[in-house]
Amino acid sequence: MKVEINVNGTATTADVEPRTLLVHYLRDNLGLKATNIGCDTTSCGACTVLLDGESVKSCTVLAAQADGLSVTTMEGLSDDGTLSHPVTAAFRQEHGLQCGFCTPGMVMAAVSLIEENPDLTEADVRSGLEGNLCRCTGYHNIVRAVLVAAGKDPDA
Amino acid sequence: MIPVAFDYQRPQTLDEAVALLATRGEDATVLAGGHSLLPVMKLRMAAPELVIDIGRLAELRHLRVEGDEIAIGAATRYRDLVTSTVLAAECALLPAVAATVGDPQVRHRGTLGGAIAHGDPAGDMPAAILALDGTVVLQGPNGRRSVPVAEFYTGLFSTVREPDELVVEIRVPRTGATGWAYEKFTRRSNDWAIVAVAVATMPSGAVNVAMVNMAGTPIRATATEAALAEGKSIVDAAALAAEGTNPPADTHGTPEYRRHLAQVLTRRALQTAIA
Ligand SMILES: Cc1cc2nc3c(=O)[nH]c(=O)nc-3n(C[C@H](O)[C@H](O)[C@H](O)COP(=O)(O)OP(=O)(O)OC[C@H]3O[C@@H](n4cnc5c(N)ncnc54)[C@H](O)[C@@H]3O)c2cc1C
Ligand code: FES
Ligand code: FES
Repeated sequence: MKVEINVNGTATTADVEPRTLLVHYLRDNLGLKATNIGCDTTSCGACTVLLDGESVKSCTVLAAQADGLSVTTMEGLSDDGTLSHPVTAAFRQEHGLQCGFCTPGMVMAAVSLIEENPDLTEADVRSGLEGNLCRCTGYHNIVRAVLVAAGKDPDA
Repeated sequence: MIPVAFDYQRPQTLDEAVALLATRGEDATVLAGGHSLLPVMKLRMAAPELVIDIGRLAELRHLRVEGDEIAIGAATRYRDLVTSTVLAAECALLPAVAATVGDPQVRHRGTLGGAIAHGDPAGDMPAAILALDGTVVLQGPNGRRSVPVAEFYTGLFSTVREPDELVVEIRVPRTGATGWAYEKFTRRSNDWAIVAVAVATMPSGAVNVAMVNMAGTPIRATATEAALAEGKSIVDAAALAAEGTNPPADTHGTPEYRRHLAQVLTRRALQTAIA
């Protein structure tokens, strides 16, 4: 079947099997490799992207379900591949990553979280990232980064 | 993991969806949010020939007051429930329960109708709707019928829904902003309930108590409800919560552990809801 998905502001289209997962469409059809596949079972959040502005786990969405909608991946957060977006900049500043595998999913989950609740507390951030697992950082610096990106003082 | 190949259709109207299901009911599966169905298809525990996507049908995403009731379209997502100002005022139990389901990503996709149709004994919404004495509205080729949720579930993942019927709406009474509680016991924050207890105070004044994962279907704590109606204390009534139950055993707990949880969670929920 033919799908047309606006990805990072660009119209994309491909002839795919209905069983094609959104994450495979992004990685294999479009070559956008920021979005990782971790668990492949809706548990880890590594594959998180925005679908019409809301965080979703792209291993559990069909490309067909995104037909006609818009998707944002981490590549889409800046035009020039730099860390100019407030969330990516804050992850860098606060050392919100170690190996980096969970990072694109964490960043996209955080973008959605801040969009929905600009007045985040530390508790909101911790519960708001409940769908994203990190094996390295112990979460502490990720939570700090999200608070900084939301304009909050992480030491308050 | 990749599902077995299937055909995909996304009808543009409810009538089209019902007609498609009527002709292909036996080998078709309805897709709403996909957050129960797609994992099962990826594990190849389900392999439908045709997937009918109703997740974007605007006709099934309403949420409005109708007389004494609130009518909620089946494709209404958890996130819609959590953020609904109508529900916050008219039935505050539902957004509170929806906020405990999974994680934000799951709540952006999962639907109320999907949760009700799926009928997972560990699911949160079926018990919440049961506590509210809600109704499931089904639509098939012969029109609509309403089934009280208390009669909807027949066993593990089984309901009275016919293969050619869609869940189109869930109806609950207007119970207001207070008099409710939801106590969900999990190992980790985005887990399914090991046991959960929903309490709702009905417009009649009756206090309803429904439990998650204490049987193959959501069930009411009938002994607790009767004791409350007789004027017994919360502590005494809650001690009866597990009476007559035969909860499942799994890696998260023995039946005995679940019976203990049911009593503790019922006490806490009642103390929050009505003390
Ligand atoms: C990581 C994760 C964590 C989760 N945690 C929880 C949790 O804590 N608590 C909880 O309750 N649930 C949890 N869930 C399940 C989630 O709530 C599902 O979204 C929900 O159970 C099913 O809704 P859906 O819209 O995704 O349905 P789908 O997956 O699309 O469908 C589920 C089933 O219902 C049928 N169906 C769907 N809609 C209709 C309809 N309108 N009419 C007829 N049949 C229909 C489908 O054919 C399918 O058999 C979790 C899921 C995931 C992936
Ligand atoms: S890869 Fe999608 S949630 Fe883990
Ligand atoms: S930085 Fe390694 S998994 Fe999070």
